[in-house]
Amino acid sequence: MRLSRLWFIFPLAALALAFAAAGCGGSSKSDSSSGSGGELVFGTASDPVALDGALVSDGESLRPIDQMFEGLVTLKEGTTEVVPALATSWKADAAGTSWTFNLRENVKFHDGTDFNADAVCFNFDRWYNFKGPFQQQSATYYWQTVFGGFSDKKTPSLYKSCEAKDDHTVVINLTKPSASFLGALALTNFTIASPEALQKYGADKGSVDEETGFKPTGSYATQHPTGTGPFKFVSWTRGDRLVMEKNDDYWGDKAKLDRLIFRPISDNAARLQALQSGEIEGYDLVEPQDVKTIEGDDNLQILDRPAFNVGYVTINQKVPPFDKIEVRQAVAAGLDREAVVKNFYGGRGEVAKAFMPPSLEGYADDVQTYPYDPAKAKSLLQKAGVQMPLKVDFWYPTDVSRPYMPDPKRNFEAFAASLNKSGFKVVPHSAPWSPDYVGRVDEGKAGALNLIGWTGDYGDPDNFIGTFFQQPTDQFGFQNEEIFNTLNKAERETDASKRTELYQEANREIMKFLPGVPYVHTKPALAFQSSVKGYVPSPVSLEPFSIVSIEK
Amino acid sequence: MFKFIVRRLLLLVPILIGLSFLVFIWIRALPGGPAEALLGERATPEAIAQIERNYGLNKPIHIQYWEYVKTTASGDLGTSVTTRRPVTDELKQRFPATIELAIAAMLFSLLGIPLGFFAAKHYGRAIDSASLFISLLGVSIPIFFLAILLKYVFAVQLGWLPTTGRVDARIDFDHPTNFYLIDSLWTGDFSIFWDCVKHLILPAIALGSIPLAIIARITRAAVLDVQNEDYVRVARAKGLSPREVDSRHVLRNALLPIITIIGLQTGLLLSGAVLTETVFAWPGMGTWLVDAIRSRNYAVLQGGILFVSVIFVLVNLAVDVTYALVNPRIRVS
Repeated sequence: MRLSRLWFIFPLAALALAFAAAGCGGSSKSDSSSGSGGELVFGTASDPVALDGALVSDGESLRPIDQMFEGLVTLKEGTTEVVPALATSWKADAAGTSWTFNLRENVKFHDGTDFNADAVCFNFDRWYNFKGPFQQQSATYYWQTVFGGFSDKKTPSLYKSCEAKDDHTVVINLTKPSASFLGALALTNFTIASPEALQKYGADKGSVDEETGFKPTGSYATQHPTGTGPFKFVSWTRGDRLVMEKNDDYWGDKAKLDRLIFRPISDNAARLQALQSGEIEGYDLVEPQDVKTIEGDDNLQILDRPAFNVGYVTINQKVPPFDKIEVRQAVAAGLDREAVVKNFYGGRGEVAKAFMPPSLEGYADDVQTYPYDPAKAKSLLQKAGVQMPLKVDFWYPTDVSRPYMPDPKRNFEAFAASLNKSGFKVVPHSAPWSPDYVGRVDEGKAGALNLIGWTGDYGDPDNFIGTFFQQPTDQFGFQNEEIFNTLNKAERETDASKRTELYQEANREIMKFLPGVPYVHTKPALAFQSSVKGYVPSPVSLEPFSIVSIEK
Repeated sequence: MFKFIVRRLLLLVPILIGLSFLVFIWIRALPGGPAEALLGERATPEAIAQIERNYGLNKPIHIQYWEYVKTTASGDLGTSVTTRRPVTDELKQRFPATIELAIAAMLFSLLGIPLGFFAAKHYGRAIDSASLFISLLGVSIPIFFLAILLKYVFAVQLGWLPTTGRVDARIDFDHPTNFYLIDSLWTGDFSIFWDCVKHLILPAIALGSIPLAIIARITRAAVLDVQNEDYVRVARAKGLSPREVDSRHVLRNALLPIITIIGLQTGLLLSGAVLTETVFAWPGMGTWLVDAIRSRNYAVLQGGILFVSVIFVLVNLAVDVTYALVNPRIRVS
């Protein structure tokens, strides 16, 4: 055995390599800006699940799909305003159930096949006819949220049929009028895929096993996603990278970048360091405590994504005396919302006036407001004829951090202190977020007051105040026909400007009636190299990389 | 020797059965289930029930276990709930990444042998204290902290080395074996190989630091022990050069405890890899299992942990065999 000599050689060689790397590392630093547009590497929090918009609901899948696919309509960059995409114009009939879309001409899928009315109907029919495991919420959450059921009619569906009138005119028939339908079509989930690629690469092929569910055997969603967008798929290695390249045959403004690469880096600190070392050009979900570091670095920049969530205090009117408006107003006046937002959100929060974020259509700035005023709270309680201090069961969740509520306990403690100064006597209660707390709140079993919030699914006011207040719920425990009616009317109204007015009206009614107290919207931060230009953050994270460029 | 190996291999069977049962129970004891993790905060009870039906999670636990044993025995580790791909496919991609990292870390940690040897040779002098201090530091710094520190110095400040992944995201090359060092050499493009090596350096140092420190200390102690033995004195007395004495008599006899510790540390490298991989976004078994815990991905956890256990047992076997080779006395017993 002459092992002993070898033992020395390996580690020394490793060390030598390390030093050599250190010596000449600088020279081989990324030579990214070859070609005109260059390459952009974006750090994501995780891998996509699959690259088939119809079958995913997670943001990390939707982000790349967004770059490669387009729907009939899309949202104007940075807003929730619906604008043309694959459809150039559209019209609903008087009943609001039949929508005619005029399609863009001379558009081709990445596989060279034509985009036309048949392709649109093929996609709609595919979604409508999903069976078995495809009907799981984990697969078709957004179809079920927007359209309800499937062709097997187990549950009613909003979708009725799709007709190709001619090559470039398509009619989509609904079973009842819905105004949120158009906005929902801007969802990445309803982007149009090449029918030929879907079939050729077996998008819906796989075995259904009673025990293990759906096992896909096709390669469509992993190796052959085929849309019409400004980027096309190149390759995907799980855990490592997803590569896309510029679509030179794109019908609109072509992408400025030559290649776009998404690299999953799940650790927050690692994403920051990868940005600092120049391995990636940007990432989102920046931790609030890292914002200052990034802002202090001349090579880096922070962009704000408009708030798309709301943190609020529920007031359950089933619990007397909270059915009295004066008592609810006293709660609002007794919550020191400014202090909570200022102290616990690292500069990423803004005080909420209403139950939906300001970036959404239908937001009203002139709603009734309730500044912190303990004296006023006490006088309101007196007016309501209740004995002070008024005992109140106040719940908060544990083991959870949400964007709108990074540390629920701190929010609770601050709110409890300010309420105790305002004529209340807070009795604290808590439960672990999942599964107990959320269930309790939904079932109205979380005291008179509780901390909760909501992150929007899609850019429509219906997804905020419609979800909360369109019908009686155990959570809020009230009946208010005026509010229900306004929201029902708004949901059915197909005229965009009238619809906006109705939602504004609803917001005013809600904040007057005070079914709860919204207190915060938070703005997520994105970080980029300073050389990255043209990135427009969107409240619903629908952010096209095609308009992004790197300027050295 | 052959009998020894066969006996040890047969022992694998009861170990694996016991282990699979423990893992199975332990995973199910985690709060929340895959359905909740998959569906998010506002999952309806119906949707949860549907997923549980589809993945057989609604059956009694002993039946679930029996079905799991049956499919596993046939080589099918199940389907990942999140990626909807067979666990074995993912394993083929993840495992080489971890092995590559573990081997690099092990090689780095072997620096502990010369370090310890050197310290012993200069017993009591400044260089000895320095090496003791370094190894103490190595043992006591948590991996993730060392990793962040290394990245801060060598990547963020100096810009010499990269911090994430196995190769630059801008470099494309075929990797049929998923051992990137081999695959990149195969391309014939040395710059790609070099990029892979650079990506390996910091994670290997972070992961190898603790074993290095331990190996250094053990080597120092073993060498100090051996060099006062009679046979060493005899070797010196008969006029062998100090180098000959060191390599043929001192080091060879000191190797026994060192090999044992290397074996133990190799096993620990696999667990250390979980942390290291997360901090360096290294697409290996560690990041894979951490993600699986987050999403309560039972199939991946069961398959992955079982596989790691098999490797662990095999590594230990290899160490014992090496030990027997180096020390003939073991073979007799």
